[in-house]
Amino acid sequence: MSGQTLYDKLWDQHLVKQRDDGTALIYIDRHMLHEVTSPQAFEGLRLANRKPWRLDTNLATTDHNVPTTLIERAQGNSGIKDPVSLIQVQTLDDNCLEYGIEEFKINDPRQGIVHVVGPEQGATLPGMTVVCGDSHTATHGAFGALAHGIGTSEVEHVLATQCLLTQKMKNMQVRVEGKLGLGVTAKDVVLAIIGKIGTAGGTGYAIEFAGSAIESLSMEGRMTVCNMAIEAGARVGMIAVDDTTIDYIGNRPYSPTGEQWEAAVADWRNLVSDPDAVFDNVVTLKAEDIEPQVSWGTSPEMVTGISGQVPDPNAAPDETVQRSHSRALEYMGLKAHQKITDIKLDKIFIGSCTNARIEDLREAAKVAKGNKIADSIKLAMVVPGSGLVKRQAEEEGLDKIFIEAGFEWREPGCSMCLAMNADKLGAGEHCASTSNRNFEGRQGYGGRTHLVSPAMAAAAAIAGHFVDVRRLPANDATHAQEA
Amino acid sequence: MKKFERFEGVVAPLDRANVDTDLIIPKQFLKSIKRTGFGVNLFDELRYLDEGQPDQDCSQRPLNPDFVLNQPRYDNAEVLLARRNFGCGSSREHAPWALEDFGFKLVVAPSFADIFYNNAFKNGILLITLDEDTIDRLFDEVEAKEGYRLDVDLENQRVITHRGEILEFEVDEFRKHCLLEGLDDIGLTLKDEDAIRAFEEKHRQRRSWLFRQTA
Repeated sequence: MSGQTLYDKLWDQHLVKQRDDGTALIYIDRHMLHEVTSPQAFEGLRLANRKPWRLDTNLATTDHNVPTTLIERAQGNSGIKDPVSLIQVQTLDDNCLEYGIEEFKINDPRQGIVHVVGPEQGATLPGMTVVCGDSHTATHGAFGALAHGIGTSEVEHVLATQCLLTQKMKNMQVRVEGKLGLGVTAKDVVLAIIGKIGTAGGTGYAIEFAGSAIESLSMEGRMTVCNMAIEAGARVGMIAVDDTTIDYIGNRPYSPTGEQWEAAVADWRNLVSDPDAVFDNVVTLKAEDIEPQVSWGTSPEMVTGISGQVPDPNAAPDETVQRSHSRALEYMGLKAHQKITDIKLDKIFIGSCTNARIEDLREAAKVAKGNKIADSIKLAMVVPGSGLVKRQAEEEGLDKIFIEAGFEWREPGCSMCLAMNADKLGAGEHCASTSNRNFEGRQGYGGRTHLVSPAMAAAAAIAGHFVDVRRLPANDATHAQEA
Repeated sequence: MKKFERFEGVVAPLDRANVDTDLIIPKQFLKSIKRTGFGVNLFDELRYLDEGQPDQDCSQRPLNPDFVLNQPRYDNAEVLLARRNFGCGSSREHAPWALEDFGFKLVVAPSFADIFYNNAFKNGILLITLDEDTIDRLFDEVEAKEGYRLDVDLENQRVITHRGEILEFEVDEFRKHCLLEGLDDIGLTLKDEDAIRAFEEKHRQRRSWLFRQTA
């Protein structure tokens, strides 16, 4: 018999019951909640007179609706001007209070984007099953956890039964081998993967990211990669446990300690795919081939390298793709064969569950340092992923670098990634964004999103158009040192 | 959940690949804490010429005459014919809530995104996957014939086209059963309460750190 994949192992460790009809009950170790996808689930519990099965697995925070200016946040929930948003945030507070669920409220220093908060607190551990009513839950898979997004009916199901009714997925391995070039980040890696396999390439699969380039990433980089598994169609993205994983988890508020820590680490060491494990599909990329990426269209698969150009729809492989590309160019206001470096930007957004952790802010700050944003940029904002990320960045002086360069330094939340709060694009505005989706209208009605890494976003803010971060003086200096 | 019964419904074609859940129901409508009322904002950005706001009276808004659901021939459509990777993107269950609230009972496409697939069935919406060639043909047939309908027979896993052609489809047994009976998942799962408790106890003994009280 062949060995097991990491996904197979996690599945077996949580399988409560396999039914004859192909469905299975799996046990859930961590359930994260936010205000947008939970109110109807709590309402369902209430109507059926049910109680949460196990309170201590749940952890909630408000992130999608919260305003990000200091003035608004100083007033707590009452700073939320939109009455509909306010009700939603208040409803999460009320539900958590009523059922006794731990919540990091709007001005708790631990508040932040749910997928930043979980790992930061050690609430996400290797070997866990982690679910949340949010498709970017795959982020937590970076820790060798089985993590995926669920719908609101499933949120209610997990609250009531501590289980998820599901079916086993197929195994896919995406290998990135080699050494990433200077200025090429985890974001570029995952965008390149999506560009290669497409937004439906991972449908039906749990993806394990592997290979020397993945192993060389920090935990933050690994989270960026797993975060966007869903943009490749896969609910689950994951990376095997190694020293990098274990070093990150030690001494966090929710991490085990003492004897439990020793036992846990011994257990976690097994969370790797066996050498003889068989995957249903294996895709390999060479790290050296990956350059900084920029999306040009309205789907994350519509992406290319910074040295590239906007494709010609007539070159598309079939009629459906051709129509998609034509429509995307029309929506984006771009022309076939236009150079990526000729795309001018109106706004810059550095933030989101993909790229709002401390390393992301450091990378962006390195590029911004000593520079000013271009006159043509109407707004450049940096939105830290959590209160703790914000505090850390301020301790390192990153806030000052950004402010001096002309960026706005904001309070934590999802912000302009999906524009449920007041942070949004106007119609026709081009935005260099470190978020995860470039769908039509995603960042504001008629807004035009270009997905990039934090360093690329900062560089675009300064130039007013896309530039190759590899050619910046900061990177040249590093090159010179290496030479 | 209502039982899914055999029906014959008008088919509306949405000729566009990778329809994401942001397009099905834009984010500003996700602020509602209810499960109902999303139908008027289904495909809001395609359907209206202005930017929609929550709790707005949509009857006064300018309609996009080119959008398929605004064309009288597709009035009362109950079947949506779509392209590949329908429902990609966010996990928002508001997407199937909006489709259901609008009146759709069935979406037919070459492929669906995983989370959307789950969410739709949990709200009584049937999703049928057919090969690209068949889908292409259905688009042509729907275009050619006003009032084109499909007779949808979940029990026997087949749809009968306007021309009497029988198209068989696959659906997993459990989802089919839940749809036909209108069953609530949670109630079914709680029948296995003892198995869950037994698993939980074993899990606790083996991996005690997962049961650490922190609050």
